[in-house]
Amino acid sequence: MSFILDYYNYWVVVFLMMAGFYIVISANNLVKKIVGLNIFQTSVFMLYISMGKVSGGTAPIVVEGVTQYSNPLPHVLILTAIVVGVATTAVGLALIVRIKRAYGTVEENEFDNKDDVI
Amino acid sequence: MDFLDIVSSILLLAGVFFGFSGAVGLFRFPDFFTRIHAASVTDSIAAILIIGALLLQTSFDLNTAKLVFILLFLMVTSPTASHALAKSARHGGLLTLAETRPQDKQGSAK
Amino acid sequence: MAEFIDLVLLAMLALTALRIIFLKDLFAVVMLFGIYSFLSALIFLNLDAVDVAFTEASVGAGISTVLMLVTLAITGRKEKQSTHSSLLPLFVVLVTGAALIYGTLDMPPFGHPDNPVHQHVAPRYIEESPKEVGLPNMVTSVLASYRGFDTLGETVVVFSAVIGVLSLLGVRRKKKKDLESGLESHRVLHVVAKIIIPLVILFALYVQFHGDFGPGGGFQAGVIAAAAFILYALILGLPKAFAVVGPRFLQWMAAAGVLLYASVGLYSMYMGGHFLDYNQLATDPVAGQHYGIIIIELGVGVTVFAVMLNIFYAFGSQAERSNVQ
Repeated sequence: MSFILDYYNYWVVVFLMMAGFYIVISANNLVKKIVGLNIFQTSVFMLYISMGKVSGGTAPIVVEGVTQYSNPLPHVLILTAIVVGVATTAVGLALIVRIKRAYGTVEENEFDNKDDVI
Repeated sequence: MDFLDIVSSILLLAGVFFGFSGAVGLFRFPDFFTRIHAASVTDSIAAILIIGALLLQTSFDLNTAKLVFILLFLMVTSPTASHALAKSARHGGLLTLAETRPQDKQGSAK
Repeated sequence: MAEFIDLVLLAMLALTALRIIFLKDLFAVVMLFGIYSFLSALIFLNLDAVDVAFTEASVGAGISTVLMLVTLAITGRKEKQSTHSSLLPLFVVLVTGAALIYGTLDMPPFGHPDNPVHQHVAPRYIEESPKEVGLPNMVTSVLASYRGFDTLGETVVVFSAVIGVLSLLGVRRKKKKDLESGLESHRVLHVVAKIIIPLVILFALYVQFHGDFGPGGGFQAGVIAAAAFILYALILGLPKAFAVVGPRFLQWMAAAGVLLYASVGLYSMYMGGHFLDYNQLATDPVAGQHYGIIIIELGVGVTVFAVMLNIFYAFGSQAERSNVQ
C-alpha cells in the first residue's frame, strides 16, 4: 500500500503525458495537436512540482513558527516555464493560422499534393 | 462546538447541496436553457453559501476582507456570464423546449 | 486528507485528458483544456506551489484558452476523421508509457523530506534567503535574485515569441467603419465590464507589487492586466481597444520591459558588482536586493503584459479579417 502511495502521483503524470503524446501523434487537426502538446507540457510541470513537494511542509512563504517548507526551486522553474509555454503555444497557433491561409485546411491528411498548388 | 461553527457547517452543507443539485440538473435537464438555469444555481447560491460559511470560519481579519471581495466579484460576474451565455444562444437561433415542441408533434404526426 | 484531494483531482484530470482524445468537436476540446488547466492549478495548490498555481490559472486557463478559441474562429471547429490507423500511435504510446513507468520505480518516494532534490541548493534558499534577500516569499527571491539571469532569459524568450507572432500574422488597423465589431447588443456585458475592468487592473497592480510578500509577481500581474484589456477588446471590439493601447505602443512597451530588466544588470556592473548583483544598488545589501527585485519584476510585468496583449491583437485582427472575407 505504501508502495502505491509513494508512486501514484508519478504514474498519473505518466498517464497524462502519454495521453498528450497520443493526441500529438494521432490527431488529424493541427489545433488539437497543440492542445495535446499543452497537455504533455502541463504533465511535465506536474512531475516537477510533485518532486518539490515535502510531506508536512507548507508553501515556501516564510511564516512564524513553520520550519518545514516545500522546495521552492521547482516552483521557480515551472512558473517561468508556464509563461514561456503560452508564448510558444501562441507562435504555434500563429503558424496554424498561416497554414490555413496558405493551404485552406488544417487537417493533416488533406495536405497531400497541396505543395504543387502553392 | 461553537455557535459560529454550527452555523458555518449548516451553510456549507446547504452550499454543497445546491452545488450538487446544480450538477445533477446540468446532466438531467433536456435543453440548453434549462441546463443553464441549473448551472447558474451552482454559480450563485452555492458559491454565496460556501463563501458565507468560510467567512464565519475566519477570525475576522484580512482574510475576511479578501473573502468578501471574492463574494462581491462572484455576485457581479456569474449572473452576467449566465446572462451572456443565454443571450448569445438566443441570438444564435437556439429555441427553448416550449418553442420546439409543437414542431416535433407535427413532424412525428402524433 | 491532502492525498485524498490529490487523488480525486488526478482522477478528474485523467478523465478530462481521455475525453479530449476522443472528442471531434474542437470547441469542446478547447473548453476541456481550460478545465484541465484549472484542475492542474488546483493540484499545484495542493502540492504547495501557490505561485505556480496562480500562474497556471491565469495563463493556462485564461490566455491559452482565449488564443485557441480565436484560432478556432479562423480554422473551423470540426476535426475530420483521420485516414490513418490509430493502432501504431497507440502501440508507440503504450511502449513509451511502460518504459516511463519502469523509470519511475527508480525515483525517490513522493514527498519524502530526505529525497535528493531537497538536499542540495534548496536548503540554502530556504534558510538563507529570508536573511540575504529579506523577502518572505522564497519563490520571488529565487526567481528574481538568485536565478535572475535565468529569468532574464525567460523574459527574452517571451519577447521573441511576440516578434515571431507579429512577423507571422502582423496587426492591421481596421479602416472599415461598417465592420460589425465587439458585442454591440450585449448591454449588460458593457455595464458589468466597465465595473470589472478597473478592478481587475487594480488587482494586477496588487499582484505585481505584493509578489514579494505573497504569491504573485511580474509574470502573473502582466497576464492579469492583459486579461483585463482582452476583456475590453472582446466586448467593445478591437478598434476601440486599439484606441486605448495601440499595437505600436505595445511593441515599444515589450522592448522597454526587457531593457529595464537588463539595465538593472548593467547598472549593478557599473556600480562595481557582477551582472544583476543587486547588493550594489544601495549601501545596505538587503535594501539593494529590494530595489533590484521591484524594478526587475516591473520589467517582467510590463513585458509580459505587452506581449500577451499584442499576441491577442494579432490573432484578433486575423479573425476579424477572416470574418470579412
